Amino acid sequence: MGMTVAEKILARASGMAEVSPGMVVEPAVDIAMSHENSALIMNQFFEIFEGTGLEPTVWDPSRVAIIFDHRVPAETSKTATNQKKIREFVAKQGITKFHDVRGDEGGICHQIMAESGYVHPGMVVAGADSHTSSHGCMGAMAIGVGATDMAGVWALGRMVNVEVPPTIKVVADGEFKPGVGPKDLILYLIGMISAEGANFRVIEFHGRAIRHMSISGRFVLCNMSVEAGATCGIVPADEETFRYLREEACAPGPFTAVLPDPDAVYEKTLEIDVSRLDPQVARPHAVDNVVPVGEVAGTRIDQVVIGSCTNGRLDDLEIAASIVKGHKLPAHTRMLVFPASWRIWSEAQKRGYLSDLADAGAVIMNPGCGCCLGVHQGALGDGEVALATTNRNFKGRMGNPNASVYLASPLTTAVSALRGEITDPRKGA
Amino acid sequence: MAGAETHKVVLRLGDDVSTDAIYPGRFMATVLPTETPQYCFADLDFNKKLKDGAIAPGGVVVADRNFGTGSSREQAASCLKGWDLIIVANNYSRIFLQNAVNLGLRLVIVPGIEAAEGDELEFKDGEVVNATTGTSYAAEPLPPARQAIVDAGGLIPYMRKRVVEERAR
Ligand code: SF4
Repeated sequence: MGMTVAEKILARASGMAEVSPGMVVEPAVDIAMSHENSALIMNQFFEIFEGTGLEPTVWDPSRVAIIFDHRVPAETSKTATNQKKIREFVAKQGITKFHDVRGDEGGICHQIMAESGYVHPGMVVAGADSHTSSHGCMGAMAIGVGATDMAGVWALGRMVNVEVPPTIKVVADGEFKPGVGPKDLILYLIGMISAEGANFRVIEFHGRAIRHMSISGRFVLCNMSVEAGATCGIVPADEETFRYLREEACAPGPFTAVLPDPDAVYEKTLEIDVSRLDPQVARPHAVDNVVPVGEVAGTRIDQVVIGSCTNGRLDDLEIAASIVKGHKLPAHTRMLVFPASWRIWSEAQKRGYLSDLADAGAVIMNPGCGCCLGVHQGALGDGEVALATTNRNFKGRMGNPNASVYLASPLTTAVSALRGEITDPRKGA
Repeated sequence: MAGAETHKVVLRLGDDVSTDAIYPGRFMATVLPTETPQYCFADLDFNKKLKDGAIAPGGVVVADRNFGTGSSREQAASCLKGWDLIIVANNYSRIFLQNAVNLGLRLVIVPGIEAAEGDELEFKDGEVVNATTGTSYAAEPLPPARQAIVDAGGLIPYMRKRVVEERAR
């Protein structure tokens, strides 16, 4: 029987000729990623070895990636102490893919994994972060897990007790209208299938709109697939994947794409004509509470956030900069910009995007998760409203349960920032 | 859960209860299972009730669909376990379900469950009875891959055994 991309990858990694949904497998992990939560993973890891007389060593230090991003630079002594313990662990274990709080190689874990060339087509990626689904943009199977699961991966190099998920095929054809792009597509899809529409499932993306999309756009789709509950979003690798790996991630090839069999069995197929899409907005307090921008136009905004692993890449900053260049933000709207990595920050700096944004009144923050998850900088005041390019708008997500977060594309967000209210980007700034 | 046990519903929630709601991100630097319970549902009045000792161990949190959606933070499972709460929901978000099973948080999958705060639920094998309303609901078994971990008493003992076996080779 034909297999989907996820099934092929899981079969290869589990040493089986064929797998099908529901089978329980133990795939070997090609790379295991975590961030500051490594402090918790370490506790669980040591506990696994307790009383065994065995030395607690990770299975392969060259396949473990640890990237500080959630609270950088440390916001409290508690975080700083956690980070210190992790640094000591990294040194002792000989972990090589370590990204500390640094202006040359730091950034948000998912972005770092892609731009450092750590993820290749066909790999199994385990990540102790729900947005690990992002790495499916490289044609990999990337599974988000909790800390104890990750401790098991560190110990064994395999994920234990994985049920092969069924796959939903999404075929996105057509061409985006001006002002509409990948973020609008994924918001629309999440709104359509709901926050649990792909729970325990993989979403495999196909269609002309996907083939014409850059890795940055595909990243957005896979990143937010988890907002529909998906185990992973996968864009099968193609020329664009190989170009990105070669030219941007400087990864030594050769790479092989894992493609679905022509007779692969999908749980269902959803077809979307992207040329019919308007810019989309997710309303508070759920990511699947999605409407065309027109329905929320006029909503007054106190804070705008451009950045995160979802939309903090160079193309996103370029769009935002081109919109605000030469203008000023209104007095009642503040704008925070969090590039997804220092490499991006640096390039955006060279191209003048950062000064265009700052001159308009934006505050340029250091790369990292920043206010995306409400632990560090950029919290909202009671009753305030934010419009963000991030991926979650749950109550309390930006540090205050009495505030509201709307989600949109970088274009919609930047145009709205200048007006101080949610605005259809096609109606212009 | 073997045999019949009765537990009271202490909190009733709806669909899509996120791990941000269960354990807000601003407390994520706290990781120890001995310390996470203080932030359980930190933004709800329920948190105060827990801390005031108004909620007896074994209380049941009932929710509708997709409980535990969002972030993979394991603190969400460990804080609930710390108060010895039992979760009953129609279904669960994948990562939360895995974390709960790994840490030994008691949860039951009960499609269509109807129960209000104060109701008494009777837990039997494969069944949950709302003793207050008299309605009985079928409980779904855990996904097959999870049962082995429950049977081992959680992921840590399960992995310990696996690591000893594999490193001995
Ligand atoms: S930017 Fe936000 S969503 Fe992305 S890894 Fe950081 S906290 Fe998670």
